[in-house]
Amino acid sequence: MANVTVHEDDILIKEQGYNDHFHDHHHGDKYQTNFIFHYIFSMDHKIIARQFLITGMIWAIIGAAMSVVFRMQLGFPEESLTWIKPFLGKWIVVDPSTGMGKLAPEFYYALVTMHGTIIVFFVLTAGLSGTFSNLLIPFQIGARDMASPFMNMLSYWFFFLAGIVMFYSLFLSTGPFSGGWVAYPPLSALPQASSGSGTGMTLWLVSLTLFVVSVLLGGINYITTILNLRTKGMSLWRMPLPIWAFFVTAILGLLSFPVLASGFFMLIFDRSLGTSFFLSDIFIAGQALDRVGGSPILYQHLFWFLGHPEVYIIILPAMGIVSEVMSVHARKPIFGYRAMVYSIMAIGFLSFIVWAHHMFMAGVNPFISNFFVVFTLIIAVPSAVKVFNWITTLYGGNLRLNTPMLFAIGFVSMFISGGLTGIFLGNSAIDIQMHDTYFVVAHFHIVMGVAAFFGMFAGVYHWFPKMYSRFMNETLGKIHFWGTMITAYAIFWPMHYIGMAGVPRRYYSFDTFDAFKHFSEMNKFITICAIIAFFIQLVFVINFFYSIWYGRKMKTKNPWEANTLEWTTPIEPIHGNWPGNLPVVHRWAYDYNKDEREFVQQHVPLKEGEVGDH
Amino acid sequence: MEQLIINKRNKIHPHKFALWAAMASITMMFGAFTSAYIVKQAAGNWLEFSIPTEFYISTIIILFSSITLHTSFSNFKAGHEAKYKNFLILSLLLGLAFVILQYFGWTELYHRGVDLKGNVSGSFFYLLSGIHALHVLGGIAAMIVALIHAFTLKFNISETRVNRFDLVINYWHFVDFLWLYLFIFLLISK
Repeated sequence: MANVTVHEDDILIKEQGYNDHFHDHHHGDKYQTNFIFHYIFSMDHKIIARQFLITGMIWAIIGAAMSVVFRMQLGFPEESLTWIKPFLGKWIVVDPSTGMGKLAPEFYYALVTMHGTIIVFFVLTAGLSGTFSNLLIPFQIGARDMASPFMNMLSYWFFFLAGIVMFYSLFLSTGPFSGGWVAYPPLSALPQASSGSGTGMTLWLVSLTLFVVSVLLGGINYITTILNLRTKGMSLWRMPLPIWAFFVTAILGLLSFPVLASGFFMLIFDRSLGTSFFLSDIFIAGQALDRVGGSPILYQHLFWFLGHPEVYIIILPAMGIVSEVMSVHARKPIFGYRAMVYSIMAIGFLSFIVWAHHMFMAGVNPFISNFFVVFTLIIAVPSAVKVFNWITTLYGGNLRLNTPMLFAIGFVSMFISGGLTGIFLGNSAIDIQMHDTYFVVAHFHIVMGVAAFFGMFAGVYHWFPKMYSRFMNETLGKIHFWGTMITAYAIFWPMHYIGMAGVPRRYYSFDTFDAFKHFSEMNKFITICAIIAFFIQLVFVINFFYSIWYGRKMKTKNPWEANTLEWTTPIEPIHGNWPGNLPVVHRWAYDYNKDEREFVQQHVPLKEGEVGDH
Repeated sequence: MEQLIINKRNKIHPHKFALWAAMASITMMFGAFTSAYIVKQAAGNWLEFSIPTEFYISTIIILFSSITLHTSFSNFKAGHEAKYKNFLILSLLLGLAFVILQYFGWTELYHRGVDLKGNVSGSFFYLLSGIHALHVLGGIAAMIVALIHAFTLKFNISETRVNRFDLVINYWHFVDFLWLYLFIFLLISK
């Protein structure tokens, strides 16, 4: 901090800001004094954000590596996999006469299950929303930290514990849970149902229950912080769009995860205490089980009541990040700020009344399905509003095509492609043909998998200087972007055609089905693209860790010339974020190219006669 | 942490707000349980049984404990130290009595032949009252902390202590009304 020159905004904050007496006391710093409390059991939102991000990245690598292994099985079922035996051990079954190693079918299912669980919960919920909510909420609303730094720390450590339990389950001799990431009973409710349904499923439930606790602790904190700790002048309608997105995301999580927890509790009762909430009329080897009276559909209702909002818990933070990144790098105010906020709210509301569209073919009354079809298709309206506003923000902008901007534009592309196939799947009649095929796989991977990752990458490249005071390498970033963009479409575009032809998802092998045999070349192509995509992500990982220590140094406080408050904090982060007074906000976050000024930061007072806000 | 709170914009204390958010979350969980109950009941194969008397008594006791805890709080704010401590002890005892009565209620139910493993209607009864009892235990833990504060700290009506006590009260009223809701729900829809 020694050679920081005094900036204009330092003077502004000093003169216009207000003193909350934060620096009069130092009890906040007692948690920051040594290594363990500074970096490990930290209560500082900036450190917790980094913890979430790096843990999420580790899980992303594990989850992606799993997908490469099962794609090898799908693309090259004839090839020997003996060379991965050192990693997977007994799950590669080697035929002693030919020396050919094959992936054990039960482990294929375990891999598919774990890939889904890990990416949906650990990477795209904790890694995305956990990272950026923690980093940006106090920064962008002008707060010293979260409302309860202690709960915030607990939120990370519950997530960490959930991760440890899940990681441990990967090494069980019976394998991790293998009944699909949705964990439908009876596969999840009867320990004897499959090899992964025993201890694997028990640990899965323990892990995800801990994860629910983490999400709730985090979410309560985010909502409380946003509503209670905004700095002077930061009215709700002046909040940057990421904050709006994190706010609605946290509300969704707070209201939907407890419902999942209730389903989990009933599942635990069914597994361990002998109740029959979800079990009825089950025959094992010709013998009827004495567990009657339950309904497996009931679990599906409880699961998808979380499951659908969960999709938006994943995508809304990405949308918020993209809106901010796009506006900054297009040097234009975001088009239709209020429409963006209302569409976030509309999506959040609608996400609670569409869950049964995941169950059209599960035996739900077709007349009830009609309502869910209508509400599902209505979600297209706020989504289209958002897409329109992003494109209009780009239109005529003074675009800086750097890596964060490219990923933001890539997000919009993925969101359009994946969103359009959502209109197909939202219709219960078309779903008769499409359900449980690769069409569904292609749809959700593009719209919530790849798109959410793009939003996350845009955020990481954009806010990396704020996290580590250095920049990520631009060339490697561009290689990462174009490589990911091309391979992602190459992987998932062909899957739509395979799916329309009726090829079912989750199958280990298609060699006994004549109708699907001619897709083997296409499956090879997809697998090769998936392997390339995996290695391109390693470019990002290398770039990330290299740049933490050796990246180009950040010389000015506000390298992107952005308006939001995080860029008024010192280059070297400090506890409490602002060294002296807190900034006072005088305008919204999107005054770009206004009155012949390139950008006007939020804490700059209005000039005489200037009309503020939107 | 106190410094952060000085920045607050609203009248409600951030910790109290966080508690209310948590209560909304718990409400959603019990909402899910009771919705599942209604759905399952409509599907038929439903055993009907009458609720043992213990649960009626425990309902009255937990309602009464809310009143005593509130009395303790108003005595604390008014500066009546002895009354504040006595009513706090009474509330804790009533809270413990509630949990013990729930346990007696479950054994009574079990002796009548309504088993956790039997018909789903019985399973739901144990599930709802059991998970509610866990939440009450959380409230009892909070009351024990309040009691330790009452007897170890010097009597002092500071803003921090009023806020802390207020959190305990809010949560206790919440588990109280949650039980009232569950009890009436179970009475009506059996």
